[in-house]
Amino acid sequence: MSGGLYSMQSKEFDKTLDLTKVKPYGDTMNDGKVQLSFTLPVPTGAEAVEAARQFLKKMGFENPQVVFYKELMPGYTFFNCYGSTVYSVDYTTIYVPKVESDIMDMHQTDDFIRENIGRPLVVIGASTGTDAHTVGIDAIMNMKGYAGHYGLERYEMIDAYNLGSQVTNEDFISKAIELKADALLVSQTVTQKDVHINNLIELVELLEAEGLRDKVILSCGGPRITHELAKELGYDAGFGMNTYADDVASYIAQEFHKRQSVKK
Amino acid sequence: MQSKLGLDFKRVEHARKLSKSIADDVQGFVVNYTTVSVERTLCRLLGIDGTDENQVPLPNIVVDELKSKGVLNQGALFYIANTMANTGFSPQQMAEKISEGSIDITKLPIVAKSEIDSIIKPVINGSIEKIKARRERREEYLKVIGEGPKPYLYVIVATGNIYEDVVQAEAAARQGADVIAVIRTTGQSLLDYVPYGATTEGFGGTFATQENFRIMRSALDNVGEEIGRYIRLCNYCSGLCMPEIAVMGAFEGLDVMLNDALYGILFRDINMQRTLVDQFFSRVINGFAGVIINTGEDNYLTTADAFEEAHTVLASDLINEQLALMAGLPEEQMGLGHAFEMTPDMENGFLYELAQAQMTREIFPKAPLKYMPPTKFMTGNIFKGHIQDALFNIIGIWTNQGIQLLGMPTEAIHTPFMADRFLSIENAKYIFGNMKNIGDEIEYKDGGIIKSRAKEVIENAISLLEKIDHEGLFSALEKGIFGDVKRAKTGGKGLEGVVEKGNNYMNPFINLMKGAK
Repeated sequence: MSGGLYSMQSKEFDKTLDLTKVKPYGDTMNDGKVQLSFTLPVPTGAEAVEAARQFLKKMGFENPQVVFYKELMPGYTFFNCYGSTVYSVDYTTIYVPKVESDIMDMHQTDDFIRENIGRPLVVIGASTGTDAHTVGIDAIMNMKGYAGHYGLERYEMIDAYNLGSQVTNEDFISKAIELKADALLVSQTVTQKDVHINNLIELVELLEAEGLRDKVILSCGGPRITHELAKELGYDAGFGMNTYADDVASYIAQEFHKRQSVKK
Repeated sequence: MQSKLGLDFKRVEHARKLSKSIADDVQGFVVNYTTVSVERTLCRLLGIDGTDENQVPLPNIVVDELKSKGVLNQGALFYIANTMANTGFSPQQMAEKISEGSIDITKLPIVAKSEIDSIIKPVINGSIEKIKARRERREEYLKVIGEGPKPYLYVIVATGNIYEDVVQAEAAARQGADVIAVIRTTGQSLLDYVPYGATTEGFGGTFATQENFRIMRSALDNVGEEIGRYIRLCNYCSGLCMPEIAVMGAFEGLDVMLNDALYGILFRDINMQRTLVDQFFSRVINGFAGVIINTGEDNYLTTADAFEEAHTVLASDLINEQLALMAGLPEEQMGLGHAFEMTPDMENGFLYELAQAQMTREIFPKAPLKYMPPTKFMTGNIFKGHIQDALFNIIGIWTNQGIQLLGMPTEAIHTPFMADRFLSIENAKYIFGNMKNIGDEIEYKDGGIIKSRAKEVIENAISLLEKIDHEGLFSALEKGIFGDVKRAKTGGKGLEGVVEKGNNYMNPFINLMKGAK
């Protein structure tokens, strides 16, 4: 099945980059090469390979190649495949909402809060609902931080409270009231059947019922969270993959300052 | 044993003595208390099962009744036996009557102690025999169809639906897995009851129920017979229902159980008094049932730094070993936990991981050590992740670990797909075969990175154990000694379910099971 080791196909296509028609890049502009792997619930054999090829064609792949297949158990076959897609996207019209703040490091954020706000900001965080994973909230809040980015606990001008995991939305809110929190951080790591979405929405509803929603900066984070999703759910900001305490802290500081200025 | 690392076993002995002293102190507390879950376990051991019309398990109904009448401290066995003597009801009939509200077992006349003992004895012996038969069934299987070589390949299934789990488990077994762990649904550890019956809905896992245990065990027996290899079944004997899950597993022939109070305290915020009392009885049961326990030290390294805090893992393993010995659990059933969790960016990280794994192997030579894969620095880059798992597997075979919990390239993305498991098993089998005897062939350099590191970790563990011994484990946990997590002795979940044992309290199972076969 390794007939695709050297590509013999002709490359008679336009090889100039056109951002209105972007295609995946293998080794030649616009070759459209995609690698993918999947399992089909069918027995291994020539029919299974043909099924995989047909599946690739329906997905819009020309020259579909099944480079590896293997029976996982009777009735299930795993495939590694390549193909050249016929589809393209218009990169020039893409708009992705992002958290609009300058990213500062810990010292800059501390200085910013000291100069512009004049008192430490109270930030509480938790992994709420049934989610038992603290890895996300720990990465943002723990003193040590993650991947070289110090956590909020280390900030001089942030009073950070990490409530841990499996905190109910009710407990989270009562702690927010007790500590007079300026900002709330909700972490959602594990998700199945969108349980995290319902849980995030519930928190917003409870905050609104308590009349607190506008009094706090509300953010959520986790590997399946984007800023766009967060805004949709009624949050002020969302922090997804590859964001760190720096992103969160500088956003909170600037957003708090912005709201303060509006009030004045 | 010849130490490849040149370990000073006198220092290791010293560490063990300190750990024993720490464990003795905990045990001094544990023996005087019981909990709602221990009492529900006793109900189950007497055959009480099923639920009322609101899905409340009957063991909960009986124990809640005693608790609400303020007599839980006398224990369920005492009242059940006394009711049997007064009424002739079986424990199950009695539980149903309590559920209907047609009997108050706390108001019956108290019969003589000798009568209580003699009426309950056959019921107790019946459940002891049942567990023994389950254990012998496993031993027979191991004798007849055999098992895979160590390290056992351990994979998880977590679809939420027990019937779908069976399909995934069967595929994994055929691909070469030796241990199937059915991950529990998110949040089950905090339920103060065990759900009943077969379940098809769960989040991030499947409910641990006795019926689900039965369904999976039977499926693994079938596939095991076909492929000629006994497949072990693992579940989670942790959280608020620790001993209840132990007894359900003992009845249904589970082989491996996560069973670690320290994990519950630190990572599920379960009250330390509650879970240490629960842990003792659950380990007595697991020991008797021939179940390998797994401890959760690997988790410390997901919150704390794996290089800096490596000694906390060793210290905790040593304490867990002593707590297990006190419950009569033999070393051969101690799947003490550790993990490959140093950042991949660290220069020579592999050497430090190798030192840690080899050291753990030499300090616990008989234990089927549970070695956990990288999780913290798995990023979604499945290609690099597969290599991280490969390095982890190299150490697994090199240092002869007992149970290799296979990492998945898709860690941090989703619960494993069937194909993810295939790739991971293929990875492990390739490395375990290709490097089979590397540990016999390669020696470590005197004064080199590996030997020095092992020595350093042991010395740091000893300093920590000295501190914990001085403070007491409860107080040490309050100060955040493990995993950078602080827990209050009177905080967390489940404290309201703890009572000091009263004058009539009885639990003959402990003497019958502890250290017995």
